[in-house]
Amino acid sequence: MQHISVTVDGTVCESEVEPRTLLVHWLREGLGKVGTVVGCDTSNCGACTILVDGQSVKSCSMLAVQADGCKVTTIQGLSTGDDWHPVQTAFKECHGLQCGYCTPGMVMSTVDLLSENPNPTEEEIREGIHGNLCRCTGYHNIVKSVQYAAELMGGTK
Amino acid sequence: MIPAKFDYVRPSTVDEAVAALAAGGDDAKVLGGGQSLMPVLRLRLGEPSVVIDTTRIDEMKGITDSGTAIVIGAGTTHDEVTKSALVRDHVALLAAATETVADRQIRHRGTMGGAMAHADPAGDQPPVALALDASFTIAGPGGRRTVPASEFFVDYFTTAVGPDEVLVSVTFPKYTGWGAHYEKFNRTAQAWAIVGASAAVRMDGGAIAEARIGLTNMGPGPVRASAVEAALIGASSLDAIAAAAEQAAEGTSPNADIHADVEYREHLARVLTRRAVAKAAGLA
Ligand SMILES: Cc1cc2nc3c(=O)[nH]c(=O)nc-3n(C[C@H](O)[C@H](O)[C@H](O)COP(=O)(O)OP(=O)(O)OC[C@H]3O[C@@H](n4cnc5c(N)ncnc54)[C@H](O)[C@@H]3O)c2cc1C
Ligand code: FES
Ligand code: FES
Repeated sequence: MQHISVTVDGTVCESEVEPRTLLVHWLREGLGKVGTVVGCDTSNCGACTILVDGQSVKSCSMLAVQADGCKVTTIQGLSTGDDWHPVQTAFKECHGLQCGYCTPGMVMSTVDLLSENPNPTEEEIREGIHGNLCRCTGYHNIVKSVQYAAELMGGTK
Repeated sequence: MIPAKFDYVRPSTVDEAVAALAAGGDDAKVLGGGQSLMPVLRLRLGEPSVVIDTTRIDEMKGITDSGTAIVIGAGTTHDEVTKSALVRDHVALLAAATETVADRQIRHRGTMGGAMAHADPAGDQPPVALALDASFTIAGPGGRRTVPASEFFVDYFTTAVGPDEVLVSVTFPKYTGWGAHYEKFNRTAQAWAIVGASAAVRMDGGAIAEARIGLTNMGPGPVRASAVEAALIGASSLDAIAAAAEQAAEGTSPNADIHADVEYREHLARVLTRRAVAKAAGLA
């Protein structure tokens, strides 16, 4: 077992983990952060996307021990009290989901994209969420959600 | 799936990593960005006894200017490579190819060293290293050695890096002022290249004075299209570029798979080489 200390959604979490524990499994089973989901075994789907030290990462493709000393943000750390993050609001307003399974990852990827590029073109949005698969929506409303989120967050395009 | 049990060590120097590899024996595995290794562990295609995490070795990180070359630490992420002014100014082709690798999440974790050591024939960066005559610094029990790209890539997923060695850095000579373009053909849902063509050209008075061409997924490893490079010298029109690109599939040995048969890959190599050179030369 390995001792780790990770700041998750603003709280310092100390834990003993087996080295083979995937970060996503520790978040879900160790901390109960079940908002972050697993959709594949091949690092393709992006459903498990979180932020590690401010950058989007597939949490199934990193070991929990590797997050030692890092700052992690999950979908459950985005809202402040009852106030949703603008990206969450935008996905609701634009119907950017159907079954919702891909949504936690889509939202986190959008937060990551807009932090680097507050004004993405449609092409940049599609490239920016390339690592997230959605089986339901055909992406149309997801792209609209990202555009609306950019607007809510002060972008102009 | 959950990976099989392994021990984990996180060295903070290259020497410690080499010592950990020696102590771990045959089953020890180096972990870079993990974007290829983690799926292997999860699918239990590999069950190493020890995983040696190199992501916190300072010496293996970052991009430096040695005067005549750009040195990229093996642990430098794809994201850092694409954003580096040194890479964009002096090795533009590497930035262009790296930008197309996978997706944002994977570019945040995946590393230069991992992509080279993994040597997937569909990898976007190995053909750039081959075409631009990069060299590889490898550390092992006997010290350090430098291997040219022409000897680094050995076969499918096989490089000159031995099981007891760690790739420390990759050095690219400067190609300041060269035009560069990477043209890749892939399905929308996957960034992996069916075929890719990387081109760098030095222009002189409107004509190509020198050219470097690398091909992705046209053999067991990256391929350098030397015949095209030679034929391009003096080319100053799209017709001349198209004529030279006709030789792109010469000497290649691509696989057939569900995405493309051999003949189609050869066709793609010619078309993508033409497009990449035309764009690199500023003619398209
Ligand atoms: C969904 C998906 C899509 C992808 N799409 C693309 C794509 O379009 N184009 C592309 O080129 N790549 C693609 N990749 C691969 C990605 O770029 C990987 O990051 C890269 O191939 C491996 O780099 P890594 O740092 O993650 O290495 P790891 O996964 O950590 O390691 C890979 C291999 O290299 C060895 N290794 C790593 N570092 C060292 C070192 N310093 N010394 C010695 N050995 C080392 C490991 O032991 C292992 O065998 C994709 C991956 C995924 C999961
Ligand atoms: S669970 Fe599919 S990418 Fe992580
Ligand atoms: S809404 Fe169902 S997978 Fe995206």
